[in-house]
Amino acid sequence: MASFVRFTLDGKTCLAEEGAQLVAAAREAGVFIPTLCNYPGIPPKGACRICTVLVNGIPQTACTTKVAEDMNVATSTPELEAFRKSVVEILFAEGNHLCPSCERSGNCELQALAYRYRVTVSSFPYLFPKRDVEAWHPKLVKDHNRCIQCKRCIRGIHNAEGHAIFAFGKRGDKVVINIDPDTSKDIDDELAQRAMDICPVGAILRKGKGFDVPIGRRTYDRAPIGSEVRP
Amino acid sequence: MSAKAPKKIVATTSLAGCFGCHMSLLDIDERILDLIELVEFNKSPFDDIKTFTKECDIGLIEGGCCNDENVHVLTEFRKRCKVLVAVGECALMGGLPALRNVLPLKECLEEAYLNGPTVADGNPDKIIPHDPDLPKILNRVYPCHEVVKIDYFLPGCPPSADLIWDALVALVTGQELDPSYRSFKFD
Amino acid sequence: MPAIAQTVKQVVARYGGDATRLMDVLIDVQDELGCLSHVTAARIADVLGIPQVDVEQTTSFYHFFAREPRGKFAVYLNDSVVAEFCGRAEVAQAFEEAAGCKFGEVSADGVVGLFHTACIGMSDQEPAALVNGQVFPKLTPEKARELVAGMRAGRTVEELKGDQYGDGQNAHPEVRALVHNHVRRRGVMVFDHYRPGEALAKVVKMSSGEVIAAVKAASVRGRGGAGFPTGMKWDFARRAAGDVKYVFCNADEGEPGTFKDRVILTERPQMVIEGMAIAAFAVGARRGVLYVRHEYLYLRAYLEHVLADLRAQGLLGTAIGGLAGFDFDVSLQFGGGAYVCGEESALIESAEGKRGEPRDRPPFPVEKGYLQKPTVVNNVETLCSAVQVLLKGPEWYNRLGTEKSKGTKVLCVSGDCDRPGIYEVEWGFSVNDILKEAGARDVQAVQVGGPSGACIGPDEFNRVLAYEDLATGGSFIVVGKHRDLLKDVVLNFARFFREESCGSCVPCRALTGMAQVVLERIVAGKGTAEDVERLRAWQKIMRNNRCGLGQTALNPIVTTIQNFRPLYAARLAPGDPRFVPSFDLAAAIRDYDAAVGKG
Repeated sequence: MASFVRFTLDGKTCLAEEGAQLVAAAREAGVFIPTLCNYPGIPPKGACRICTVLVNGIPQTACTTKVAEDMNVATSTPELEAFRKSVVEILFAEGNHLCPSCERSGNCELQALAYRYRVTVSSFPYLFPKRDVEAWHPKLVKDHNRCIQCKRCIRGIHNAEGHAIFAFGKRGDKVVINIDPDTSKDIDDELAQRAMDICPVGAILRKGKGFDVPIGRRTYDRAPIGSEVRP
Repeated sequence: MSAKAPKKIVATTSLAGCFGCHMSLLDIDERILDLIELVEFNKSPFDDIKTFTKECDIGLIEGGCCNDENVHVLTEFRKRCKVLVAVGECALMGGLPALRNVLPLKECLEEAYLNGPTVADGNPDKIIPHDPDLPKILNRVYPCHEVVKIDYFLPGCPPSADLIWDALVALVTGQELDPSYRSFKFD
Repeated sequence: MPAIAQTVKQVVARYGGDATRLMDVLIDVQDELGCLSHVTAARIADVLGIPQVDVEQTTSFYHFFAREPRGKFAVYLNDSVVAEFCGRAEVAQAFEEAAGCKFGEVSADGVVGLFHTACIGMSDQEPAALVNGQVFPKLTPEKARELVAGMRAGRTVEELKGDQYGDGQNAHPEVRALVHNHVRRRGVMVFDHYRPGEALAKVVKMSSGEVIAAVKAASVRGRGGAGFPTGMKWDFARRAAGDVKYVFCNADEGEPGTFKDRVILTERPQMVIEGMAIAAFAVGARRGVLYVRHEYLYLRAYLEHVLADLRAQGLLGTAIGGLAGFDFDVSLQFGGGAYVCGEESALIESAEGKRGEPRDRPPFPVEKGYLQKPTVVNNVETLCSAVQVLLKGPEWYNRLGTEKSKGTKVLCVSGDCDRPGIYEVEWGFSVNDILKEAGARDVQAVQVGGPSGACIGPDEFNRVLAYEDLATGGSFIVVGKHRDLLKDVVLNFARFFREESCGSCVPCRALTGMAQVVLERIVAGKGTAEDVERLRAWQKIMRNNRCGLGQTALNPIVTTIQNFRPLYAARLAPGDPRFVPSFDLAAAIRDYDAAVGKG
C-alpha cells in the first residue's frame, strides 16, 4: 500500500498518497485548482501555467508538482487568481475564439474558465492571427483558430502501434499542431471521438459531430467548472 | 433611489451588429415598464431619434466597427455619452463579422462582388460598389475599445436580457454589477 | 528521389539508426541536399521508424533547418542590435539589389538565398553573415555586392573567403575563418598560459570527493548567467543514483552580444574539454557532449581534430592520465538555431533529437537529464574556471573577484566603442572601468547581460559586475547617445524574444508578440500611458513561465521603462483620452480605396 504524506493546503493540513499529483491531491481534499493543459491519465506538461500555485512560497505548476511531506501550498492568493484570469484573457486574444459559432461552446473548458473569472473582454490586444481550418482528414477537422496549444492531443492520443498522431510544428507564436497523415490514417471512430474529447476547446472535431446537446443543457450551462469539487 | 432624481438618458446604436442585442434588451419583458421609469431614451432605434438632441448618461453600443460610418457613429457616441457600454460579442471583439479579419479586404470584396458563387450574372460590369454615399469598408473589423475608450463590457451573443437589465440597473443606481452565472454567457 | 533515399539511408546509418541523433541526421542531410523538404523529412521518418510529424516537429523548431531550397548560397545576415549599429541596413539593401530578391527569398537563378538571423556571435565584427556556414564579418555594401558577383561567377565559398584569415587559431588549417578574436584583455582564468593535461594529472591523484570539495571551496559559480554553484551541481550528480551519467558542455551562447564561447572554443578548446573530463571524473560519467550552437559549425572539423589530438595524448579515452577505470570521451553536438537551447534542459531535449523546449523541473538534469540519466551541464567558461581551480587551488581562485563573486568573467564588449572584443576581468570591475578600457564615449546606456539582463543609464555606471550586483553571462552592449534607444535597441530585442520563444508556455508565447505590438505602437507615437503600465504589468505574468527565457523576455522593455522613463513619456500620444490614438481611420480605409481603384 502506498504511504501517505502530510501537507498543508491553503492553511489546512491534508493527507495524500506519496507522489500524488498536486492537482489531483487538492481535488481529493476539496480544493479546485483550475487547469487547461492537464488531463487525467496523461503525462503533465506545465504549458498553460494556469494551475500555478505557491509551493513553499515559490510559484510552481500544480500539474507537474508531486505532493511531498511538509509541503506548504497556497492555491488561491489574489495574485494567483489575477494571473489565472490573465492567462484566460491572453488565450482569447491570441487565437480566434468566436464562441457563438463554435461547436464546443457550453462544453469548452477555456470558456468555462472565462465564466469562472468573469472575463468580459480581453485586456490583451486581439491578434486576429491567420490560421487554417484543416479538413483533409477523413475523420477529423482541425480548426487552428481555436487551438490553445495545450498539447493534450499530442500527449494523449496515439494509434494502435503507440505512435503519435499529433505533434507540434514550428515555434513561438507560430506554433501549430500537425496531424500525421500516416499514423492517423486508420483511426477508428472511437479514437477520433477521444481526440475530440481530449481537446479542451473546439479545435479538434469529429466529422459529422457537433451541436448535439441543446443550449441550456450543456456541461457548463448546468454548473460552473470546478463546482464538482466540494470541500 | 429618490423619486426626484432625474431620469438617466440612454442612447443606443447598432454598428456592425445584427440588432440581436437590441432584441435582447426588449426581452426584459414587463421590466421594460420599470426601465422607462428609470431612463429616457435619446438617439436610439427604439424611439427612432436619429441624431443626438442632448448629452447622454449612458450609451449602449452593439456591433464592432467594419466601416468608416461605424467609426463616425461610435466617435459621436463617445463625445455625447458620459458612459459607454459595449454590448455583445461583436462590440467586444468583432464577433462574427471579424471572421473576415484573417483575410485581406480585397479578397473579401472580390469574393462578395466578383467571384463568389452567388454573384453569377448579377454584376455584369464587375464593379465593387464605391458610391460616395456608401460607407468605406475598413481593412478589418475593429472591436469598439480599439477605437474609443469603452467603460463597461457585456458579453454574450446576444447578452441575456437579465444581464442587460442588471447592468442598466447597476449603472442607473450606481451599484456594482454582480452578474449571475446563468446570465453570463458568451453565446 | 533516389538521391534523397540514398543520402538519408547513409546519414541515418552513420548515426546507428538512432532517433535520438535526429539533430545530427538533419544537419548532415541538409548539408548534402540543401534543405529538408517534406519528402526528405518523410523519408527520414520512415528510415528511423518514427512518425513524420515527429521529424517535422524538430525540423520546424530550428531556425537553420529549411523546408524549401535556400539557393546555392544561403546567406544568413545577422539582424541583431549591434549589427544594425554597424550599418546592417545598407548591407542588406546591397545584398537585395545584387541578388535581385528580398530577404526570405531565393534569387530567380537559384544562386543566392537571403535570410535574416539572430545574433551569430560576431558582435565585435559586425555586420556579419553566414554563407553556407562560413562567417563573413565586417561586411560593407561593396563587399556584399562583390560576394554576390562571386557567387554568380561560380566561385566556391572557400574562394569567396579569400585567404585573409583571422588571428590565432582562426587561421588554423581546419578553421580558415575570417573571424578575429579581439582578445583585448587577457585574464588569468581563460587566457593565461595553459598546457593541456596539467590539471588532469593532478586530478587523477585525487578522489572525486576531493575534486568536488576543491570546486566548492573555490565557490565556482556557473558563468552562463544564472550563477548556480558548480561544486554543488557536481555533487548532486555524483550522488544521483545510476551508473550511467553524462557531462555536457553548453556552448550554445545565443544571448545577443555574446561571443566568448566562440573565442574560447577557438583558442582554448582543450581547456574546455579538460574541464569536462574533470567534471566526468568528479561525477562518474563516461560520456560527454559538447553542444555547440549551429552558428559555429565552421569550427566542426577543428573541434573534431582537437578531440582526436586529446585522445592521442591520453586525455580522452580509456585510462585517462594512466588511471585505470577513468574512461571518458566527448562527442560534438551541434544545434539547429534556437536561443532557448541555451537553457540546460532545452539543450538536453535538443541533444536527444527533439524540440528545444525546456523541461518541467523537478526533476533537475542532475537527477534525470540526457536520456533520463543524471547529467551535469556546465558553461564553457565555467569548465575553464574548474580547470584553473584544480591546477592552482581554491585559495588562489578565492583571491580573485569580490566577496560573493570569485574568479574572473569573460566579457563580450560590443556596440558604440572603439575597442569591441573580449575582456577577461576579475569580478568587481565597474561598468565605468569597462567603458573606459573599451574606449566608449557619450554613452547613453549599457545593456549588461544581453537582453535578458538589464539596460542601465549613466547614473548606474558605477555599479559593479558581480553576482550580487550586475550579474552577466558576458554580453555588454554599449549604446551611444545618438541612438534611438527604444526603436534601435528595445524593439529589436522584443522582436528577438518573440522569435525565440519556444511557444510552450502561454504567457511567453503570446506576450512576447503582444509586447512587440504595444511597443511598436509606443515607438510610432501612438501609445498611451496605459500602454506603458500594461507592459510593466505583463512582466508579473511572465514571471510564471517555465524557463529563464520566458521569465526575462520583457526585461529589455521593463528595465528601460524603469531606467529611461522620459524616453517613453516623450513618445506618448497627445490628445483626448476618450479616443484610442493607435486607431488610424485614414490607414484603415486605405485597402478599400485601393480595392475599388481610388487609392
